[in-house]
Amino acid sequence: MSRFTASPFFIALWLALLFLPFKGFKAAGILFIALFAAVSLLKVFKNYLNRDSDHYFINILRIAVKIYGRCPYLKLRSIALTLLISGLVMALPFYWDDYKIDIAVLAGIYIILALGLNIVVGFTGLLNLGFVAFYAIGAYSYALLNTKLGLGFWASLPLSVMLVTLSGFILAIPALRLRGDYLAIVTLGFGEIVRLVLNNWDSFTKGPNGIGGIEPPHIFGMQISSLGHFYYFVIIFVLLAVFIIRRVAASRIGRAWIAIREDEIASSSIGINTTAYKLYSFAFAAFWAGLAGVLFAAKMQFVSPESFTFMESVLILCMVILGGLGSIPGVILGAIILVMLPEMLREVQLYRMLALGSGLVMLMIFRPQGLLGGKGVSFRS
Amino acid sequence: MLELNDIHTFYGPIEALKGITLKVNQGEIVCLIGNNGAGKSTTLMTISGILKPKAGTISFIGSNISDMPAHSIVEMGISHVPEGRRIFSRLTVKENLEMGGYVKFKIKSSKLKIQLEKVYEMFSVLKEREKQLGGTLSGGEQQMLAISRALMSEPKLLLLDEPSLGLAPIIVSRIFKAIKEINEEGVTILLVEQNAHAALNLSDRGYVLENGRIKMHGKGKELLNSEEVKKAYLGE
Repeated sequence: MSRFTASPFFIALWLALLFLPFKGFKAAGILFIALFAAVSLLKVFKNYLNRDSDHYFINILRIAVKIYGRCPYLKLRSIALTLLISGLVMALPFYWDDYKIDIAVLAGIYIILALGLNIVVGFTGLLNLGFVAFYAIGAYSYALLNTKLGLGFWASLPLSVMLVTLSGFILAIPALRLRGDYLAIVTLGFGEIVRLVLNNWDSFTKGPNGIGGIEPPHIFGMQISSLGHFYYFVIIFVLLAVFIIRRVAASRIGRAWIAIREDEIASSSIGINTTAYKLYSFAFAAFWAGLAGVLFAAKMQFVSPESFTFMESVLILCMVILGGLGSIPGVILGAIILVMLPEMLREVQLYRMLALGSGLVMLMIFRPQGLLGGKGVSFRS
Repeated sequence: MLELNDIHTFYGPIEALKGITLKVNQGEIVCLIGNNGAGKSTTLMTISGILKPKAGTISFIGSNISDMPAHSIVEMGISHVPEGRRIFSRLTVKENLEMGGYVKFKIKSSKLKIQLEKVYEMFSVLKEREKQLGGTLSGGEQQMLAISRALMSEPKLLLLDEPSLGLAPIIVSRIFKAIKEINEEGVTILLVEQNAHAALNLSDRGYVLENGRIKMHGKGKELLNSEEVKKAYLGE
């Protein structure tokens, strides 16, 4: 059966059927042929790569991969890779126009969000469908602190983040009496409550009109308003998030989270205070969502409830699952892909959600553990 | 060492334990036998704090532990090997054991390593499989891993819930031999078993549970020879 479902014919047929109600038989037929050809080619190409061949380009590629794979100094390898990636990331704004940098900044914010959600869903194994609520609280608290009290970015940042962490605790205390699906529903409800409050509390949040005129951050008296500067600014926070989350995940706390995810009864029988660690996990994740919210408000200089719908929660969850539950590099990759992809598919406007959806379904069929998942299961994430 | 005094435990409206009173002395092996649903596992879970009794007291080395949360009870020196082993199947054998030492040791500390070696000495097969995922072990090895994980926190009292569950007879005798060895090293053991014959043979004393109450208790050998036990549990 799985042989059949993985065959190019089945994949193409299935996606064509999905497509059928949208464009009729003719378009679905074309899609079927195109997909069948593409997937078959991919398969042939894969076989081709495995076999010996005289092709010049493929040989070079294979040799490069071999050298990289055989390099005896593991440390050297990872340093080289890090240098390569960081060089690339640092240089990008010089080659990109504002539109692309704008998307990259957004990707950075989503990376922080996805890393945060990964703590709850990936490490601790609790499904949170209302994660966007913390993002919203972070963004609105900076917006309100700035426009109502005139506090700057650096003064509001700790206050906002503290407030969000606190709200994480407050949600977690009643929610953690529940398990699995029930917990997911409660968090979903929390997300909606926060959005509806923001939408309807006109006197305080200006309702659906949103809050504008939020001040961008300053560093050493210099205002960060150009996109290029903001790009580097966000990268600093992303690095901070990666560094801290990695450290925490490798600590006693992180191990307790993973143990709880694997088996809660076993965890409490070996002496882990499961309630406390689940609380920490919720609050720690909320912390990063709050930080991302503050950055979002500072970048857009405008917040409105529209940015914090349930779809956002789902999108962030998709990033985590796409990249691989529990894997930090995976989640980063997932966030980048899911921010970039809709932009790249802008040409086919109407069908981009369809393409995105079918892409995710394909992933679940071929790589259910996520792009870089699987290794994240153990302590060495 | 451990004393349960008139313990009542409920699952919602259902009263699973209807007044259990039992005692475990330092250095003993005590077993609880009884049919399915008699309340054996519930008794262990109530002792280890996973379930809370509605009435009654549990005292351990002089202090009342009936209101303590499960993790503090582990710190007091009671380790519970839950029914069905419940090892972390997606973590390696070594990681499983390290988690077992969670309350006692810091990560990567030298004391943790010493304790790990001690446990490996008892079950050398675990050392061989150190890097393997827990879920890939055989049933018997998983049971050894579950017991070893519990031993990692250097317990004074070990609660074992059906260590013979689903294992081949030859593995069962290997596990029971190990239980004896653990006991000889000074760990008191409270054992729950379906396999009444083997359990009573091993134990100093035994309690027979029926419908949430203690029906009989006595020396292991005595119970083994009692007509009632023979009829009900040994199939003779």
